[in-house]
Amino acid sequence: MKITLKVWRQQNGKTPGNFNTYTLPDVSEDMSFLEMFDVLNDELIRKGEDPIAFDHDCREGICGMCSMYINGRAHGPLTGTTTCQLHMRHFNDGDTIVVEPWRASAFPIIKDLMVDRSAFDRVIQAGGFISVNTGNAVDANSIPIPKEDADKAFDAAACIGCGACVATCKNASAMLFVSAKVSQLALLPQGQPERHLRVKKMVEVMDEEGFGNCTNTGACEVECPKGISLDHIARMNRDYLVSNIVD
Amino acid sequence: MILDAKIPEGPIAEKWTRYKATIPLVNPANKRNIEIIVVGTGLAGASAAATLGEMGYKVKAFCFQDSPRRAHSIAAQGGINAAKNYSNDGDSVHRLFYDTIKGGDYRSREANVHRLAEVSTAIIDQCVAQGVPFAREYGGLLDNRSFGGVQVSRTFYAKGQTGQQLLLGAYSALSRQIGRKQVQIFSRHEMLDVVIIDGKARGIIARDLITGKLERHFGHAVVLATGGYGNVFFLSTNAMGSNTTAIWKAHKKGAFFGNPCFTQIHPTCIPVSGDHQSKLTLMSESLRNDGRIWVPKKKDDSRKAVDIPEEERDYYLERRYPAFGNLVPRDIASRAAKERCDAGYGVGSSKMAVYLDFSDSIRRLGKDVIEARYGNLFEIYEKITGEDPYTTPMRIYPAVHYTMGGLWVDYNLMTTIPGLYATGECNFSDHGANRLGASALMQGLADGYFVLPITIGEFLSKDIRTKAIPTDHPEFEKAEKEAQERIARLMSIKGSKPVDHFHKELGKVMWEYCGMARNAEGLQKAKKMVQDIRTSFWKEVIIPGSADETNQELEKALRVADFLELGELMIDDAFDRNESCGGHFREEYQTEDGEALRDDNNYAYVSAWEYKGDNQAEVLHKEPLVFENVKLVQRSYK
Repeated sequence: MKITLKVWRQQNGKTPGNFNTYTLPDVSEDMSFLEMFDVLNDELIRKGEDPIAFDHDCREGICGMCSMYINGRAHGPLTGTTTCQLHMRHFNDGDTIVVEPWRASAFPIIKDLMVDRSAFDRVIQAGGFISVNTGNAVDANSIPIPKEDADKAFDAAACIGCGACVATCKNASAMLFVSAKVSQLALLPQGQPERHLRVKKMVEVMDEEGFGNCTNTGACEVECPKGISLDHIARMNRDYLVSNIVD
Repeated sequence: MILDAKIPEGPIAEKWTRYKATIPLVNPANKRNIEIIVVGTGLAGASAAATLGEMGYKVKAFCFQDSPRRAHSIAAQGGINAAKNYSNDGDSVHRLFYDTIKGGDYRSREANVHRLAEVSTAIIDQCVAQGVPFAREYGGLLDNRSFGGVQVSRTFYAKGQTGQQLLLGAYSALSRQIGRKQVQIFSRHEMLDVVIIDGKARGIIARDLITGKLERHFGHAVVLATGGYGNVFFLSTNAMGSNTTAIWKAHKKGAFFGNPCFTQIHPTCIPVSGDHQSKLTLMSESLRNDGRIWVPKKKDDSRKAVDIPEEERDYYLERRYPAFGNLVPRDIASRAAKERCDAGYGVGSSKMAVYLDFSDSIRRLGKDVIEARYGNLFEIYEKITGEDPYTTPMRIYPAVHYTMGGLWVDYNLMTTIPGLYATGECNFSDHGANRLGASALMQGLADGYFVLPITIGEFLSKDIRTKAIPTDHPEFEKAEKEAQERIARLMSIKGSKPVDHFHKELGKVMWEYCGMARNAEGLQKAKKMVQDIRTSFWKEVIIPGSADETNQELEKALRVADFLELGELMIDDAFDRNESCGGHFREEYQTEDGEALRDDNNYAYVSAWEYKGDNQAEVLHKEPLVFENVKLVQRSYK
């Protein structure tokens, strides 16, 4: 397949960026999207040019590191798929593909397609945990949890923290990410003691980090590679309200 | 130097308890003044950093990823073992200990493995308390599944994403300590050297991967939790960034390297599809609970799988190993697949694959049950291959997955450099010559939550009067200068070939000659080939850009330069070990029916290699393995 790529190039956070066009005459349909970038970078390096910087690590859709905005969609055209799991068989010979970094003021650009998502870490550090020191735990089966609740908590916990929800949201809101963690822990008996404090602290830091507000458009749910549901946002909103009343 | 494993006295089942009760402690007031560096934030690193922070130590944690949550433990699929005996099938600490020693083909240290089995149960408790959503039964209690090489169900799991859930648990504990300022996190940082002062590890040199700046960090002790070195093969199931640099640099500074040639080749991975391939994807071992492995009985059978009738299929694992069937350990399943493909019975366009077939289970249990158990794995498979495993059997082939070898450590998990510790996959300690499925997660968390935070007290208790050493100390300066010079040398080559070119060449040699099957002649040949690739790398590599900025090619070059040295040591080790055991299969040493033939009289030892300087042969030290609680027998799964 012949593929034309228009890729965002930006030397660092301080300099302006622009699109560069590259043509790849011979792309195999079995390649992953990132392997196509490997091939392009190999070519650029051999010509002595600067290769395109992009984040990636596990290449099996679970680490959450890859983060390309492809033809106006986070992680590209397929639903439930990270960029590393997107294969070229889903494109056509002759296609032109536009590739950009995540764009959100809370995710500043580092270089080319790499952005800084450490704001997510700081939200978790504010309260995305259960306070239990090593060695304090009771026997695992002494806390029976209805299967349905455990399964729901798992669905929320499946979030990979990639930031597609923020990138795709017109307000660059992090509500889906934050609510997935709030919801996971709110659904479990172990999470109850800190339930109200947790949601308040996490929302506070989320706002400080410069993420936008949620207007319930649902774009985040559509683009989430792990299918995290909007229900979690509803649950978080309820918990947040209750936590304010409790105070 | 005489290797002292420092194994406590007493009967095996009491060693750890007694030792814990007598180990010197550091009181809380002194812990506040002690700094510890933890490199790597996977299961072993995140759990250690969190626990040490909870105990009151000042911790600095480092990872090369953009967040500690992305360490490659996240990709572990199947599960974590623990001797809970919730399944009431006769499991016990002793049985888990025995299975692990036997599974490792009698090349691991009894005392360490027994401790691992003992603390396994507390890991599950800890994770549940953190909110890890393990799979549950309708009664609300935890569910278990079976894994290879055992006859009990002791594996706890969270769909096919167990590693993710456990890592996020450890990450949340770590995040809590970062929030409390007990732990300082340095993400997008790569450790380039360890700093040794008066014979003790006292810090590291790290490169900020965004600015390119080299940094000096002091610690009273340094803990490496940097994972395995499977990427020496280029193609493996490891993440793209997984590397050997931290442990290799420690090795060159005096830490002995244990059993470098012990590599695990995982039997069920998605086969290679072309030259562009950048990594291999695992299909969890848990699939062998319900999937049956087969090849056609006829050579070069080009019919579609569904068109081959039942009587013309060879379920070769069930045929050769009736007692364990499809759930034989990984080394055995991998070799059996290779044997069939080499003999001409392979399937798919490359003929280097076998079928993993779920049609029986789908008929027996229904598609819904199979989907609930393995849905996400089936999805991954379909995304990569474009084929639907509900209707067509998966095509699978073995791939490099895990390295049992690593830095040699004593019972305290300390390397031969005082104050330098190695935990999780980067040490050699618990899995012998073959790791059992669902035991890597167990070991990572055992080391990080329950072992290292206690054993490190033995070293630190003597250090309570040591003040923080300023990083303008000459040893810090020297180490930084060395790292700087290495970078400058790489940047100055300005050759014509990208780093990946050399990495792929190295990988091909390692896979061909030091992979699933090895022999003396091939190993000798490979040694020379690796030396040649190394020479041309240092003459011909090209790295665009500069060292004072984000430069992913430079990051790769620094890692591959170390792989090119490690590869040769793996070959030396494989050449030295004139026996077959576990994942180390020397073709000269096999039984009549093609099983690994150990030589306990001459090779029941851990090989611990000492670095002697550039271009000098490493010196082999031997730690004899003494088995007092398990009888050494020919491993049989028949």
